[in-house]
Amino acid sequence: MTTDKNTSPLLKRSFNLPEFLAENTIKGVSFISFAFIILIFVFVFREALPIFFPKEKIQEVKEEMIQETYGEEYLSADKEKKEVVSPLETSGDEGEATLKNLTGSEWQPVSRNPKYGLLPLVVGSLKVTLIAVLFGAPVAILAALFTAAFANKKVKELIKPTIEMLAGFPSVVIGFFALVVLATFLQNHFGYEYRLNAFVGGIALSLAVIPIVYTVAEDALASVPKVLTEASLSLGATKWQTALFVVLPAAIPGVFAAILLGVGRAFGETMIVLMATGNASLMSIKLFEPVRTMSATIGAEMAEVVFGDTHYNVLFMIGSILFIFTFVLNAIAEFYVRNKLMKHIGGE
Amino acid sequence: MKLQRKITGWLVVGVTFLSAFLIVAAIVLIMSDVILGGKDLISWEFLTGVPTEGMTAGGIFPAIIGTVLLVLIMSIVGVPIGTITAVYLSEYASRKSILTRLVRFAVNTLAGVPSIVFGLFGLGFFIQFVGTGMDNILTGGVELHWGQPNILWASLTMALLTLPVVIVSVEETIRSVPKDLREASLALGATKWQTIYKVVLPNSLNGIFTGTILAVGRGAGEVAPILFTGVAYYLPHLPGSLSDQFMNLGYHVYVMATQSHDVEATLGIQYATTLVLLVLTFTLTFAAMFLRYKIRKRAIH
Repeated sequence: MTTDKNTSPLLKRSFNLPEFLAENTIKGVSFISFAFIILIFVFVFREALPIFFPKEKIQEVKEEMIQETYGEEYLSADKEKKEVVSPLETSGDEGEATLKNLTGSEWQPVSRNPKYGLLPLVVGSLKVTLIAVLFGAPVAILAALFTAAFANKKVKELIKPTIEMLAGFPSVVIGFFALVVLATFLQNHFGYEYRLNAFVGGIALSLAVIPIVYTVAEDALASVPKVLTEASLSLGATKWQTALFVVLPAAIPGVFAAILLGVGRAFGETMIVLMATGNASLMSIKLFEPVRTMSATIGAEMAEVVFGDTHYNVLFMIGSILFIFTFVLNAIAEFYVRNKLMKHIGGE
Repeated sequence: MKLQRKITGWLVVGVTFLSAFLIVAAIVLIMSDVILGGKDLISWEFLTGVPTEGMTAGGIFPAIIGTVLLVLIMSIVGVPIGTITAVYLSEYASRKSILTRLVRFAVNTLAGVPSIVFGLFGLGFFIQFVGTGMDNILTGGVELHWGQPNILWASLTMALLTLPVVIVSVEETIRSVPKDLREASLALGATKWQTIYKVVLPNSLNGIFTGTILAVGRGAGEVAPILFTGVAYYLPHLPGSLSDQFMNLGYHVYVMATQSHDVEATLGIQYATTLVLLVLTFTLTFAAMFLRYKIRKRAIH
């Protein structure tokens, strides 16, 4: 038996089988969530791993191919061989150079000469995330400041749940709205060439970023000690001066964590960008051009990919990068606000 | 000087108010657009009919049933695990033990993993590893039965995604159960497990319920995790076993809006499906909000 403070000393002495079973079953089941974190690490990385050991794999494929062509008619076999050999050779080159290829600037996974340059995807993800956060975070933080510092109780009780409700919107609904309504509206106003582009995707994505940044920032602003506010007010500062120069600076770590979590959310979001960014893997930093993000690439291509193919492995590789990136961001954010914060995200 | 300060004050309040207003306006705009676009098509026939004429007409019944089955299997698996983990965290865990830290770390991490990564994990683990392994044992690898996307793997993936939601909600409720109750039970001679089972859990039922509703609301709306773990574009029949694929409301919207050959012609169906999805998730969210409000009230007392 464990020695828990809550257990009375009487219970500690005797061994009780049901009690023992219950406690250990509960412990065992609790361990499942941790086990799955490990499994996620292992299995997402495992499928990405073959990229780093390309040579063995290619030899295997070659042998298989030769065996296959043996049994066929001479002419067709010859023809077949040629057809097979050319992609094989290129995939051999690709395979050998995959690591180099990954840093290339072209993403053309489905072609005779596949290119797996991740750069346009990384740039795409960063670009859309940046637009979403640059637009969403200030709006969310200012709105949080309004509810925490200026709004009276009634207005606050109306606005806060409404904005938090936005977190309950399925992302496919936001994506749909962006695709059907927002894209046309923005195109009519800004008059750019492509209807779906990084700008539309970013604005739509900010709708997913806003509730997270708002909730966390509002929490941080509201938990600034009343003593500070009252001291400032009693010294003759106005309400807005207090809000801007006392409350906001005191809540900066929380606000910073809110932004980080917003970045993580935007970076990993799939359905909105899949539907609203146009999905062309262009390498550009222009605002109004279509982009293809990392998450959207996985979402769009994984269903059609051949299992065990280099393309398949590269998609898992992208997933690993997404995982690591959001993991690090969340770790930093948690470092800032610790457990209090995670309760909110988990509960949304 | 005084006037200047006053004007700045108005500006600050005005700008922050505008930001809050902008967000609320966006929410109202999206909701009214979806409601106005979809309300005309909602009918009994639409809700209970199957897609016809190459998905350009008919209803969304299979998608509704697919979504319901998905969240049902997800809850059957996820809620007990989440509840037991919450019991551990609130009743057994001591702050310092390694297991406690590992579980807390896991819950926090799970909450932050992008949903598409869950999809990858479902594919790599459930389908390629567990499913193919099952096929190898059951049929000697001759038949591809479990080693492909189906509703079971999709539900398990979704259960994993919604696990933190359940854990956080249940733990909060269990902690709000008054200490007096526990102590009274222990003082009467009940063991710890008896106290948990007979006193703590019955008093936490609406927290478990809240967690389930929140998880279901989340699971019903997520599309990325099921993209390649079990969802299908069109199925003529409803899923009859765990190894069948299924249709899903969110995926239906996505596919109809991006991949159908005549997007314009199906716009009405897209709107109506979105409306059904939105009504479903919001009903669940509101119910959970209400229950949670009641729980918080108890926690204060």
